[in-house]
Amino acid sequence: MSATLDGVTMSEVTVGGVTRAEYCVIACAEAWRGDGEVLASPMGPIPSTGARLARRTFSPELLLTDGEALLVGPDGAPEGWLPYRQHLALVTGGRRHVMMGASQIDRFGNQNISCVGDWEQPTRQLLGVRGGPVNTVNNPVSYWVPRHSARVFVEKVDMIGGVGYDSAAAAGPTATRFHRIPRVVSNLGVFDFATEDHAMRLASLHPGVTVEDVVAATGFELVIPDDGVPYTREPSPAELELIREDLDPKGLRDREVRG
Amino acid sequence: MGDKTMTADEAVSRLESGMTLGIGGWGSRRKPMALVRALLRTAITDLTVVSYGGPDVGMLAAAGRIRKLVAPFATLDSIPLEPHYRTARESGSLELMEIDEAMFMWGLRASANRLPFLPVRAGIGSDVMRVNPGLRTVTSPYEDESTGVRETFVAMPALRLDAALVHLNRADHAGNGQYLGPDPYFDDLFCEAARTAYVSCERIVDTAELTKAAPPQTLLVKRLNVSGVVEAPGGAHFTSCVPDHDRDEGFQRLYASMPWPEFAGRFLAGDEQAYRTAVRAWHEEQS
Repeated sequence: MSATLDGVTMSEVTVGGVTRAEYCVIACAEAWRGDGEVLASPMGPIPSTGARLARRTFSPELLLTDGEALLVGPDGAPEGWLPYRQHLALVTGGRRHVMMGASQIDRFGNQNISCVGDWEQPTRQLLGVRGGPVNTVNNPVSYWVPRHSARVFVEKVDMIGGVGYDSAAAAGPTATRFHRIPRVVSNLGVFDFATEDHAMRLASLHPGVTVEDVVAATGFELVIPDDGVPYTREPSPAELELIREDLDPKGLRDREVRG
Repeated sequence: MGDKTMTADEAVSRLESGMTLGIGGWGSRRKPMALVRALLRTAITDLTVVSYGGPDVGMLAAAGRIRKLVAPFATLDSIPLEPHYRTARESGSLELMEIDEAMFMWGLRASANRLPFLPVRAGIGSDVMRVNPGLRTVTSPYEDESTGVRETFVAMPALRLDAALVHLNRADHAGNGQYLGPDPYFDDLFCEAARTAYVSCERIVDTAELTKAAPPQTLLVKRLNVSGVVEAPGGAHFTSCVPDHDRDEGFQRLYASMPWPEFAGRFLAGDEQAYRTAVRAWHEEQS
């Protein structure tokens, strides 16, 4: 199968044979474990591969779209219709787990894809808040950051689109009732908010990354567990084959995360 | 049934400076670009534009026609950031009401239902409340059965429109509009939320033709909400209008990279026919 050969050739194979991008796919897939029959809404190639991997393996009940208006099964055949208007309504019903991008994210999970600098006249206009506000107070929202740096992981975001734990708490029960940020995945590791004050915690390191690497690339004080940080789990041979041969044979994951 | 067919120029001649204008489609998808181009040929300015923003917002901003924008984003989809919108924002030349995608939808719904507001959870806890100090909240008169709490929501104000511009695949001469792609977007809501609405379409057909090959649920827009119908084949160009045509990605890249005065000079100096001729000539140069 030439697709297999191409897939492997294009991957930057590490010592263990698993690339960093493949660990990222596994870490994203794990976000949807145990979610049951909900819509998985991944943004970007690696979260998308992760969501489809989860459905093909340990979370078969997940629903996925074609990125437009159709719900599609694992073979790509439509199983339902989900135009934007229904998608926005489904968000408020809560049966969804989205993984959004983040141009900035802070230690309590406030997220920004709107603009950098002063909102009145930004130094860099980005997308706008999009669905960040509606997503974060209605259904679980995880985040994906392909290039972990202190410019992304900041002390305070310039414009809160995605609501973090401190902002939700300050806003009261309407904001906290359905608010949950299960995880943040970056090219360096996995992060969560399983701390007393919901400050971001280093949950796992991708193999080849050190705690020092992560600390150096983070613009705020991360919670580092005293009893050591585990590594992101290894993909099974069957998962690797699925990723490389079926889900991402062209190796789009390697364009998002190198090495 | 009255015949509402008119040209794009006739449609925009009914608009005035200072109006609040809703523009249908989504990002770089099925935008009424021929109507936007016609608008650019007029002197109409000082507009409040309400849009799930794409190149419609970019072009009107580049031409200095927007006083205030109401939007959750502006994007070209395959090119994430709208270049002219960015320039306008970074130079501070645009007043912005930045709201969430769902807040936007409920704002249109409130207007369509003649309600002053609708309660939404979206926005609470986010900086949408900080940058829109005019946004108010509303507290439920009912205690929640499980928590006993009376929740407080954003009172999303009605997005009332003086006029709406949308582009569909088909319409009849009376203004019944039909979409044939996978997503209606919010074009019916834009028309319902507006005092007047102008529908451009790929092809005007007889009413009976609308349901000959397509099911009745494709009939998105009703004539009682429509003031004018414009036949504009390729009228969404360079945005997508499936199944009639995909997005013109090559031309969109040109739009996103060419300095605005040069782009406007080459493609927008004449009428719609001149635009099409100039686009065709550009494509021939590329092949």
